[in-house]
Amino acid sequence: MILDKYLRSEVFPTPFCQGCGHGILMQAILRAVDESASDGIDIDKMAFVSGIGCAAWIPSPHFAADTLHTTHGRPIAFATGIKLVNPSLKVVVVSGDGDLSAIGGNHLIHSARRNLELTVICANNSIYGMTGGQVAPTTPCGIKTATTQQGSTEPPFDLCRLVWGAGATYIARSTVYHIRELIKYLKNAFLHQGFSFIDVISPCYTHFGRRNPQRAGATPSEMVLNLKNIAIHAKSPQELFTFPSVGTLSPPSGRTCNQKDRILIGEFTTI
Amino acid sequence: MKKFLQGNEACALGAIYAGCRFYAGYPITPSSEIMERMAVELPKVDGVFIQMEDEIASMGAVVGAAWAGAKAMTATSGPGLTLMLENIGYAIMTETPCVVVDIQRAGPSTGQATKPASGDIMQVRWGASGDYEIIALSPWSVTEMYEMTIQAFNLSETYRLPVFLMADEAVGHLRESAILSKDISVIPRSGKTDLPPFGNPQDNSVTPMPAFGQGRKLSVTGSTHDHWGYRKTQSPEVQAKSVSRFCNKILQHLGKICSYEKYFVSEDTEILVIAYGFTARSALKAVEVARQKSIKAGLIRLKTLWPFPYMLFHPECFGTSNISKIIVPEMNQGQIIREVQRVADRDVFSYNKSDGTVITALEIIEKIEQI
Repeated sequence: MILDKYLRSEVFPTPFCQGCGHGILMQAILRAVDESASDGIDIDKMAFVSGIGCAAWIPSPHFAADTLHTTHGRPIAFATGIKLVNPSLKVVVVSGDGDLSAIGGNHLIHSARRNLELTVICANNSIYGMTGGQVAPTTPCGIKTATTQQGSTEPPFDLCRLVWGAGATYIARSTVYHIRELIKYLKNAFLHQGFSFIDVISPCYTHFGRRNPQRAGATPSEMVLNLKNIAIHAKSPQELFTFPSVGTLSPPSGRTCNQKDRILIGEFTTI
Repeated sequence: MKKFLQGNEACALGAIYAGCRFYAGYPITPSSEIMERMAVELPKVDGVFIQMEDEIASMGAVVGAAWAGAKAMTATSGPGLTLMLENIGYAIMTETPCVVVDIQRAGPSTGQATKPASGDIMQVRWGASGDYEIIALSPWSVTEMYEMTIQAFNLSETYRLPVFLMADEAVGHLRESAILSKDISVIPRSGKTDLPPFGNPQDNSVTPMPAFGQGRKLSVTGSTHDHWGYRKTQSPEVQAKSVSRFCNKILQHLGKICSYEKYFVSEDTEILVIAYGFTARSALKAVEVARQKSIKAGLIRLKTLWPFPYMLFHPECFGTSNISKIIVPEMNQGQIIREVQRVADRDVFSYNKSDGTVITALEIIEKIEQI
């Protein structure tokens, strides 16, 4: 396998559940690394930093690179220290939506504001997976979780809009179904000289799918196919601000809870 | 070099001398002068200064910087320390050398931001989760703010853990003539090594601190891990061995780490005062006056609070002395006194003050005469 050299083979198999999208994202990240070799990306000059949760286990311990598996919500803070001391390292944060946008939301917005050259990859399964399927700031309205038995009532974050507002200079969203775009966006993020953020929608069948089969898909494979059905390619970056996708407040009414499952994917800024 | 300056500034100059090249912090009275001085000094030595969004991020950035190869530091006060403890626990678990300065103010919570206290002695000792030992130093002068900052870096490099400099506001904001020595030895970051990053499998001793970017493909995690950094979250053996290393790397070197000074402590001493920080200045004056009054008083000044120098008070060392009474004055409701009571086979008396003012010599003299 072409990717074997990037993996700590002794730690396999992965701990991910059947149907989890994180393995696909893991492969996409490593493919992007491999395909960026001619652009000077070298895994020995990369540091992968993650927080706590399923997504944090994508790089740690699987990647044969320097990996820092930190505290819940704080990987961006640790990554900031690494990058400032050794700017020659390509520092990549891989963490979950709860980690990055709930407990770690302060660090996410401030690192976007600083525009330090970090790549933040959000493995967004829209739920707390490792702790048993509790509601997240990214959970769409109406979704049943361990802590919202009748369905979530809070409007979710659109993380791409959030980091745009905070000052991020490269922003993209894809899903683990749209693997070619995902790899392209990852490569663009690695080469971006500034703060880059990629929101990657990745299904959690165990907690999200099983509780919401009608909306999310009744089987792991249906969940992945559902991503294909609900994703809409942005025709222009400006659509980020007009499109009422899942995980956004629906403008112009603002605080209404949009129950339509649609995900806008694409690159939203390439300054 | 003799200089008239403030304790907090001396701390910053000590850090630069010790090789600190990264500072991340968040403003908080009465520690902010350290951050402000680091913002001035670090660029002069190609170091990096950053003001972070909160104390949690500050401590995270310090640990990240240490793993990127830099000697790193932050400074705060009690409420900020509370936030930092999350990632201080991470630094303990990942054996990350770094220095945390706590300029203590009156609490709990916001308390009195500009008033002195020694209220965080137990917070640093027990604030993070789990089992571990720490090192905490207590300066009593501006000179010691400089010297002990250097010592804190040296200890953190030797034993690979966060080391605390626990000054009270009175010492942090003290202005006096200080000696800024250029003859203090500095322990450098260990550099590249092939030993496992987390303890020597042979004897469970501390191994040199590696760095990212050396091609070692390091696995660092706050989860329980083996000597190579691989998560072992189900293994009783690895958990026990890790905790054993975190504790024993300190407890087995008490003699090397612990430091204290004795004043008027001799065979005739009957009343012993044990003090630290600014309070020790008052205690020294009190003991001098007591001696003039023919009261056989003495002082032990603790320079190291953690690990506590238990051996000093052990009955075997203490048994034949004439000391019959011990007074422990503290700017809190009694924190270090509990450690004294655990080991000193004598009557132990407290003198506690939590009103945001320092303990005066007069107050200690009265206590000496009273008991």
